[in-house]
Amino acid sequence: MDTARRDRIWLIAGGAFLLVAVVVGASTGPAGPDWWRVPAELVNRLPLIAFDTGVSEAEWKIVWQIRMPRVVLGGLVGGMLSIAGASYQGVFRNPLVDPYLLGAAAGAGLGATIALTIGRGVTASWPVDPVPTIAFVFALATVMVTYTVGAAFGGSRSGVTLVLAGVAVVSFATALQTFLLQRNLEVIREVFQWILGRLSGATWSDVRLVVPYVVVSSIVLMLHRRHLDVFRVGDEEAATLGVSVGRTRLVIVVAATLGTAAVVSVSGLIGFVGLVVPHVVRLIAGAGHRRLLPLSLMGGAAFLILADVPGRMLTRPAETPIGVVTAFIGAPFFIYLLRTRKVAS
Amino acid sequence: MSDLRLADLTVTYGRRSRTVAVDAFTDAVHAGEWLGLIGPNGAGKSSLLRAIVGLVAHRGEIEIDGRRVREMSDRERAALVAYVPQQPLIPDDMTAREYALLGRSPYIGYFGSETRRDRAVVDEVLARLTLEEFADRLLGELSGGERQRVVLARALAQQAPILLLDEPTSALDIGHQQQALELVAELRRHDELTVVSAMHDLTLAAMYTGRLTMLDHGRVVASGAAIDVLTAARLRAVFDVSVTVDVDTDGATGESRVIVVPRRSLPAP
Ligand SMILES: Nc1ncnc2c1ncn2[C@@H]1O[C@H](COP(=O)(O)OP(=O)(O)OP(=O)(O)O)[C@@H](O)[C@H]1O
Ligand SMILES: [Mg+2]
Repeated sequence: MDTARRDRIWLIAGGAFLLVAVVVGASTGPAGPDWWRVPAELVNRLPLIAFDTGVSEAEWKIVWQIRMPRVVLGGLVGGMLSIAGASYQGVFRNPLVDPYLLGAAAGAGLGATIALTIGRGVTASWPVDPVPTIAFVFALATVMVTYTVGAAFGGSRSGVTLVLAGVAVVSFATALQTFLLQRNLEVIREVFQWILGRLSGATWSDVRLVVPYVVVSSIVLMLHRRHLDVFRVGDEEAATLGVSVGRTRLVIVVAATLGTAAVVSVSGLIGFVGLVVPHVVRLIAGAGHRRLLPLSLMGGAAFLILADVPGRMLTRPAETPIGVVTAFIGAPFFIYLLRTRKVAS
Repeated sequence: MSDLRLADLTVTYGRRSRTVAVDAFTDAVHAGEWLGLIGPNGAGKSSLLRAIVGLVAHRGEIEIDGRRVREMSDRERAALVAYVPQQPLIPDDMTAREYALLGRSPYIGYFGSETRRDRAVVDEVLARLTLEEFADRLLGELSGGERQRVVLARALAQQAPILLLDEPTSALDIGHQQQALELVAELRRHDELTVVSAMHDLTLAAMYTGRLTMLDHGRVVASGAAIDVLTAARLRAVFDVSVTVDVDTDGATGESRVIVVPRRSLPAP
């Protein structure tokens, strides 16, 4: 069938874009080898290939130990937020939804605030930083509260009630967080830095922390691509087509939330990606989830890796938060795309 | 080939106001039969059809071939009953073919994807509704009638033995109305499809269905052959309308056709 071939071409294009982003991400940054030597060295490091690229072992260390974890983490975070955003938008049939809708971000923020205000004195001496774990637990707990509240009032069949419950729970969590910050002004800076999101200082152990969640979550979401297409005709008609709407929505939401909570706890709240990347993919490649999910995964990964590059170069006086960069690059591009598409159609 | 049996089917809306939309409806529609539901706006036709596919809470029993629908999974039921809603939700950014393919969902495994056969079924249905030229167009870019035919295509692609149609031809021109209804009539004859349809065009309802049931305020007012159900007096009582009912008998076959023609209550200017 022709569509299958076109799907494959899109996937290859998405993969190529991601590869380019990874190479660019690995090749740029203060210090380290000349940028043009890095792609060659990356090839050189592949098994069975060996030639001299003039990159010293020390320079390679900068690439592999400092840049690469950051690139990979950026890819995981961007990809996860985008595929989760696409799934949330599909399952709630609402284009304004992002993966933070049901409280994953607000919960993580609250958890981080609590950990940083109350717990600092206690946990400062711990060998492992407990902030991500606490943020993760709070993110999941918050979404669970939203789901319980929504299900109690609208039944799990109604997506709208769930969205409204999310609005209420998010406000509540944010209010709590603000209250805590008010009482502990000394940690405001630290909390804000956490909230604004960052990939700097990423290590391979950060990557290892989120990989399992991102992989499991993405696989589950990808397996529900067809269900997400059925959801496009509305909950009622989806039910007459044989989809158990409540249960399927729960599975998709749990998977998307798990992945989102994991990446948010490690990298903070990087906004914009989960909302806009799926839309850009829809505008370029069409709205069917068979393409939308994998392309969002790859496109979101590539986008965040690239968005992290200017932030790394502009490090004086302080590194620009990645969330600021994503909005700076993404918003105008999105408006441009909307405009050209509208003119074209 | 399936029998649909409804016993004391009752649909009520609202906790306090208690609108009884369908009041103890009992009927049995046999394999290959076409039951037409008629009645004024708000009579309960849609509520009845929606109850059968489990979209509204109801009391009473619904059985297909002796099995309670209540006890079936969504998937099992979807393989037995295809439903065309009165107001389908149309995703603008989906092509007609993708949309019709959704009708194959009950046959695709949870993690599966559509097979070549599913695509062939869809292509055939689209061809029979002469929708090939629209197959790869977006639904948002089709006319109202074209969309309605695509929705019918989705239901037919479902290949369920029972077909529920809620005003399936309300937006179609006279030619496509005939095409759609003829197709359903042919499937009913050929595959012994069981059809229940809500229709406002009484002449078409009389022409295509085997039996008519007239509802008013959720209750059955009359049921039987078109010629017995559609009398001018009854139509005046139920619809508050003044009509002429012509019965036109074919000399050769002896078949009669009932034609309902509205009459102006004021003299024409
Ligand atoms: N969701 C609902 N909540 C409350 N009342 C409803 C609901 N849906 C329908 N009703 C009421 O139930 C009654 C039957 O409605 P139904 O839609 O079944 O009528 P219908 O025969 O299909 O009418 P129409 O010819 O206009 O389509 C009406 O009085 C309507 O107002
Ligand atoms: Mg109706």
